Amino acid sequence: MKEKKSLLKNPSFQAILTSLICIVLGLLIGYIVLLMINPAGAGDAIKTIILNFLTRSSSAARAKALGNTLAKTAPLLMCALSICFCYKVGLFNIGAPGQYEAGACIGLYAAIAWHTPWFISLILAALAGAVVGSISGALKAYRNVNEVISGIMLNWIILYLTNTILGGKKTKDIASPYTMKLGAGNTKIPSAGLNTLFANNTTVTIAIPLAILFAILIWVILSKTKFGYELRATGFNKEAAKYAGMKEKQNIIVTLAIGGALAGIGAAFLFLTGYQEWSTTQNSVPAMGFNGIAATFLGGLHPIGTIFASFFIQSITDGGALINKSVYPSQISDLISSIIIYLCGFVLFFKFAINNWISKKDKGGPNVNDVPVKDDAAKAEGGEK
Amino acid sequence: MVLLLQYTIIFASVLCLVALGGCFSEHSGVINLGLEGIMVMGALGGAVTMFMLPAGTSKIVIVIATTLAAILLGMLFSCLLAVACINFKADQTLIGTAMNLLATAAATVFVRAMNTSINPDNVSTSIQYIQPKKAFLKYIGGFEFNWFMLMAVVLLIASYILLYKTRFGLRLMACGENPQAADSVGINVYKMRWAGVLISGFLGGLGGIVYITAGVSEWKFEMGVAGFGFLALAVMIFGQWKPTNIALAALLFGLFRALSNVYTGIPFLAAMNIPSTVYNMLPYIISLIVLAFTSKNSRAPKAEGIPYDKGMR
Repeated sequence: MKEKKSLLKNPSFQAILTSLICIVLGLLIGYIVLLMINPAGAGDAIKTIILNFLTRSSSAARAKALGNTLAKTAPLLMCALSICFCYKVGLFNIGAPGQYEAGACIGLYAAIAWHTPWFISLILAALAGAVVGSISGALKAYRNVNEVISGIMLNWIILYLTNTILGGKKTKDIASPYTMKLGAGNTKIPSAGLNTLFANNTTVTIAIPLAILFAILIWVILSKTKFGYELRATGFNKEAAKYAGMKEKQNIIVTLAIGGALAGIGAAFLFLTGYQEWSTTQNSVPAMGFNGIAATFLGGLHPIGTIFASFFIQSITDGGALINKSVYPSQISDLISSIIIYLCGFVLFFKFAINNWISKKDKGGPNVNDVPVKDDAAKAEGGEK
Repeated sequence: MVLLLQYTIIFASVLCLVALGGCFSEHSGVINLGLEGIMVMGALGGAVTMFMLPAGTSKIVIVIATTLAAILLGMLFSCLLAVACINFKADQTLIGTAMNLLATAAATVFVRAMNTSINPDNVSTSIQYIQPKKAFLKYIGGFEFNWFMLMAVVLLIASYILLYKTRFGLRLMACGENPQAADSVGINVYKMRWAGVLISGFLGGLGGIVYITAGVSEWKFEMGVAGFGFLALAVMIFGQWKPTNIALAALLFGLFRALSNVYTGIPFLAAMNIPSTVYNMLPYIISLIVLAFTSKNSRAPKAEGIPYDKGMR
């Protein structure tokens, strides 16, 4: 007997719906903040943030701006995949920024000091990220150190290490805090004709399709292979996995090493395109890794959803840079994306509420709501002062 | 040398306050990764108060108003963690990370909007407080004594007493060790965890304002608090969640931090020519090593990080 299935009951639809709720609420709060700063242009400003490249005047400028957004989406997607992959295996890879830094450090050093071709630099960056990831993994597997704590410590250690290494004579001009620009030839990731599609934006490279391929690959590994199944089993229950004959310690290390490699490649996808240089005086962990957390959760913890979420996060960030800066601060988009991450913490509750509502509607039965509902929107407002 | 001592003590005060905040939150069972964000909010509250107070306000009023504003904002912001993680059982790592990003973004937006509203051409994200800051300082010989140093010592002693010598403290720790058992003897776990998080907001907010008045008279809010909240987390772990050990750990890490600021002025260290990044790295490396050797039988509260669900009892 087949009952007509409500669309709302479909888990993937629910995931998309909850992500949309987070986005709408985040944008709404951002809009309110804009209204408080200056009501006159708030509507235009929020529109600019949402539409980003579409607000440019000519089609060439639009294509170029879209290219810039895509060029930065690729590294963001890789960081998000790193966190997503580990999260699916029960590990919170907050060390992604550190692994990203390691990738930038070794990838850039090789490309600038040794003039290695881009694919060699890319592999070195992946290895560097994997090494940092596996330090966290080994500490977790053999010394019972929480991967969140070791990840945070490593983020800072690797940041200072990277600044020291890239600050050397071989990679940095004496006069500027930035690393040298990549030379011509094949040290940069090739564009393979993609730049012509985006009004000759040379930062658009094969990194973008490669990142999407990685997302599909991660999805296949996690859901279609024995290897992915074992990793997920270890994440669900370490003891049970061990009992079933899986090498649980090894699985933890391998997971974080893969996560690290993905984040390392992410760094290569940004710095090896020549989009920007590493600043050796930066004293905070790069935001890329943390934005990756936003993209992961907004993407419903699904590698494919992460692709769209990464693009969205990057697009509102770039859109924020386009608003009228004499009136509004461009950091408003950081504010919106951080509110979205915060709201993602409530995803489980949103899903619970939806399911609860469905069962109530279906049966008219008792409400099993045991989560005390509080007016969190009011609280969120209070924290922004 | 006096300068080194002065910086060590003021940085140690910051680390000690914030780490104690983390300690209360974790003893109640909630991991507070949002300490960095709470510090930013405290710093914002304090800095705005100092900026807004009219010139000529008496010193004592400046000190009290600034401190209270920092504490209040820190506590308000910590409510975000409490609501999400205690009432809605959200992932504590995710919420903590979101709070750090949120605090820096919100503070930057607020300060810029404030600066622009005062002077339309001013698009900076910094607040200056050269004059009001002097209210906190007292010179004893060459040593620059800061009232915050005294506050840190008093709050350290108060925290020790509150945690180990009062019914409240022991109940709080019970909620972090075994919330089910605590609930079964009539302790309201949700309330206790709220209390733990609010106390961490109190101490973290205060730590924030101490940090931005240590050594500088202007703060650029785009930078957040440059990882000091995470350093405090390292202090808390190195101190094995005990107030006395936290104070010692704070002194040690404060010394490293001070060294990275002033090592060029000390001939013996300048001669060794160690880059300042090494001093910056050392606290994190030490904590990682300590963690590797102590985590097998860690002193961390047993139930931290696990949302309490009455139905799971």
